[in-house]
Amino acid sequence: MDNANTAGRQETAAPAIELRGISKAFGPVQANKDISIRVMPGTIHGIIGENGAGKSTLMSILFGYYKADAGEIFISGQKTQIPDSQAAIAAGIGMVFQHFKLVQNFTVLENVILGAEDGALLNTSLRNARATLRQLAQEYELEVDPDAVIEDLSVGHQQRVEILKALYRQAEILILDEPTGVLTPSEADQLFRILRRLREEGKTIILITHKLREIMDITDTVSVMRRGEMTATVKTSETNPQELAELMVGRKVLLRIEKAPAQPKDVVLEIENLRVIDDAGVERIKGINLNLRAGEVLGIAGVAGNGQSELLEVLGGYQPASGKITMNGQEIDLTGKKSDGQSRRARGIAHVPEDRQSEGLIMDYTAWENVVFGYHGDPRFQSGLFMNNAAIKEDATGKMERFDVRPPNPRLMAKNFSGGNQQKIVVAREIERDPDILLVGQPTRGVDIGAIEFIHKQIIALRDRGKAILLVSVELDEVLSLSDRIAVMFDGQIMGERLPQNTDEREVGLLMAGVTEEAS
Amino acid sequence: MQKMPVWADVILIPLVSLLLAALLSAAVIVGIGEDPQAALKLMISGALGSTYGWGYTLYYATNFIFTGLAVSVAFHAKLFNIGGEGQAMLGGLGVALVALYIPWPHWSFALIGCTIGAALLGAAWAYIPAILQAKRGSHIVITTIMFNFIAFALLNYLLVNVMRPAGSMDPATASFPEATHLPTLHMLLEPLGIKFSKAAPANVSLVFALLAAVFVWLLIWRTRLGYEIRAFGHSESAARYAGINPVRITVIAMMVSGALAGMMSLNTTMGEGERLILNSTEGAGFIGIAVALMGRSHPVGVVVASILFGFLYQGGAELALWTSIPRDLIVVIQALVILFTGALDNMVRMPLERLFLMFGRKEG
Repeated sequence: MDNANTAGRQETAAPAIELRGISKAFGPVQANKDISIRVMPGTIHGIIGENGAGKSTLMSILFGYYKADAGEIFISGQKTQIPDSQAAIAAGIGMVFQHFKLVQNFTVLENVILGAEDGALLNTSLRNARATLRQLAQEYELEVDPDAVIEDLSVGHQQRVEILKALYRQAEILILDEPTGVLTPSEADQLFRILRRLREEGKTIILITHKLREIMDITDTVSVMRRGEMTATVKTSETNPQELAELMVGRKVLLRIEKAPAQPKDVVLEIENLRVIDDAGVERIKGINLNLRAGEVLGIAGVAGNGQSELLEVLGGYQPASGKITMNGQEIDLTGKKSDGQSRRARGIAHVPEDRQSEGLIMDYTAWENVVFGYHGDPRFQSGLFMNNAAIKEDATGKMERFDVRPPNPRLMAKNFSGGNQQKIVVAREIERDPDILLVGQPTRGVDIGAIEFIHKQIIALRDRGKAILLVSVELDEVLSLSDRIAVMFDGQIMGERLPQNTDEREVGLLMAGVTEEAS
Repeated sequence: MQKMPVWADVILIPLVSLLLAALLSAAVIVGIGEDPQAALKLMISGALGSTYGWGYTLYYATNFIFTGLAVSVAFHAKLFNIGGEGQAMLGGLGVALVALYIPWPHWSFALIGCTIGAALLGAAWAYIPAILQAKRGSHIVITTIMFNFIAFALLNYLLVNVMRPAGSMDPATASFPEATHLPTLHMLLEPLGIKFSKAAPANVSLVFALLAAVFVWLLIWRTRLGYEIRAFGHSESAARYAGINPVRITVIAMMVSGALAGMMSLNTTMGEGERLILNSTEGAGFIGIAVALMGRSHPVGVVVASILFGFLYQGGAELALWTSIPRDLIVVIQALVILFTGALDNMVRMPLERLFLMFGRKEG
């Protein structure tokens, strides 16, 4: 507050948003407990907390999706009732959801005016919107082709359309819910540039995230939520990631994994000239060669969509490929005719897939049914014609206990666990089989800090037992801190291999963008 | 979020839905100038007031259990089998072939033989849409509907040109030999000292239907195949990851479904008709969809819903017989029941859920 130029202006103005004593309960669960915050105009305010801390509930109240049980909302000093999202928009609040609300086969322009048409005839609306959009694009460096169809746009550009939608409705306050969860690192950088620009123009931004780095990067102030309560609001410049993490989790956490140097042994997996052509005829993997040794973590860095997913699918047994893969000297089938996910598992290849919700788990299955998923053919779990559900439940209970899945109730549906606990169920299932090779895709995507620490430790523990781990992650931090060796993938090719101690984010980042040393 | 207790989900919601359907039906009956109370009384006494009524109610229910189970099994794999009608017709053909062309010493052997015949042809009829869906992506809803028409045309051809006894004017096969006639409930219950109507068509295949319900329950919730069928139904991408073959699951689930639908003809063709006629299925294949919806694709629910629809069928026939309420009105009532229990499920569910939520908070 001692910076006279900027802080002085903020002092005099009323807060853009002020919440006083907001409480909201769902049945016996108190999602928000007596929450008060003040967000000054022209600032970026971060709200950070683990999954289930109540961040999204709070923002849903602000956007009129839920009605608070108690408390008051002030917009620019005016007490405001927000019974529905129409009222929120009228009050100048715009929301960008984690999952976009766009009509896939409409153009950008059509999406922007949807619900905000000037009248019954579309032509005038479209013409006016086109002009407004051009102006907004210039003002905030938000360039998007207004005639492009949404489904042809990248995720980053779709997000821009969401922001444009809010600005078109004259939002002064922009709420972004986990905006980088779906973005590549460079797209995230672009988003942050846009947000800074919006701040310069006097917009107020609330950023909900669980990523500490983003908070430190871009916010002016930050509020920490834990179990429905607001535990602290601090100036970003006066805090550090370690402190924020502790406030979030309520105890000390290790942000960087501590591990002994790897002791790699024999090569267990040899990939030669692997090629994958997808259903559309596009070559996704263009002849790569890789070795994986027992007792090491090989990290694959790369921007999402450069062939890493296909690599995991080939090894996991559900994506046909050509080339040659040998495991412990034996060639494994790549055509998909003599192999599938279950035959891979029988060989000792376990797989934590990139997307736990659509692949790793059946969301409508109970936890115990999920803990056997993929291994349900194991003779241990059969009794005659039937499955031995008692044995499966017992097995699941033990695994959930050892991996600290909360709540430790195997009868609960997978969809009722938080993201971190869902991931723990998957990781428990795969690691507890004691596989020779563990494939791990995005092990900590959408997972809270406490669970990240736990999952990382389990992966390193498996390595220390002499097993081989292939890690794919778009989080560069994660690859750098977990891996003993890093291979960078770009456009279906391996751009190079590095040792983590001999490289840095800049070098790997360049490789991820397809820039080789010779060229740079 | 707190959710409703299970009993409210499986009992209260269907009950409230039924009540709403009944109220609206009463309004319709008042609308055509009849007395709804008398109509309800007549339906109940006609369908449940005598062993004769029960005999018909259970006869219809047997059909619906088979077709309802058929739809349920496919639905667990997220496959919407609209082809129960056609599969049941082919099942009838299977029954007729086995009953007519193999000399059977006793009805019990014949029943087993006919079950195999009905199941095989029903499953074969479902196999074609299944393999088209699995390999070619032809939508199973479209293909199974088309296969209903093809089944009808095929049966028409066979009955008129091939299987019709010489000299008969009726598009039907000859009557099945005496040894294949199934015992009715009257004959089954007589040794136990229970008097059951002689004239009612309910027969031993009801027992088979109940056994089929037990079989489906075991298959879906106790076997590895059932686990894979449900997993595939919930998430195809997860099934692929786990090494579950989508082609195999689609084909097997549809063939089990077709076999169950085909077995319906044990009741109609073997039990009641004792010969194959052109329209022996009488739309039971379609009622199976409503039964599965109302019974939440669970065998217990399917059996209960089947008895309810059996009651509506028999009660409706009584209404048409004794009052000036037209037969069509019963279709209206059935439609209302389907509408409320199937399509408008959320209309009842949402307010009830809110009610439970409020109640739950008071307690907590």
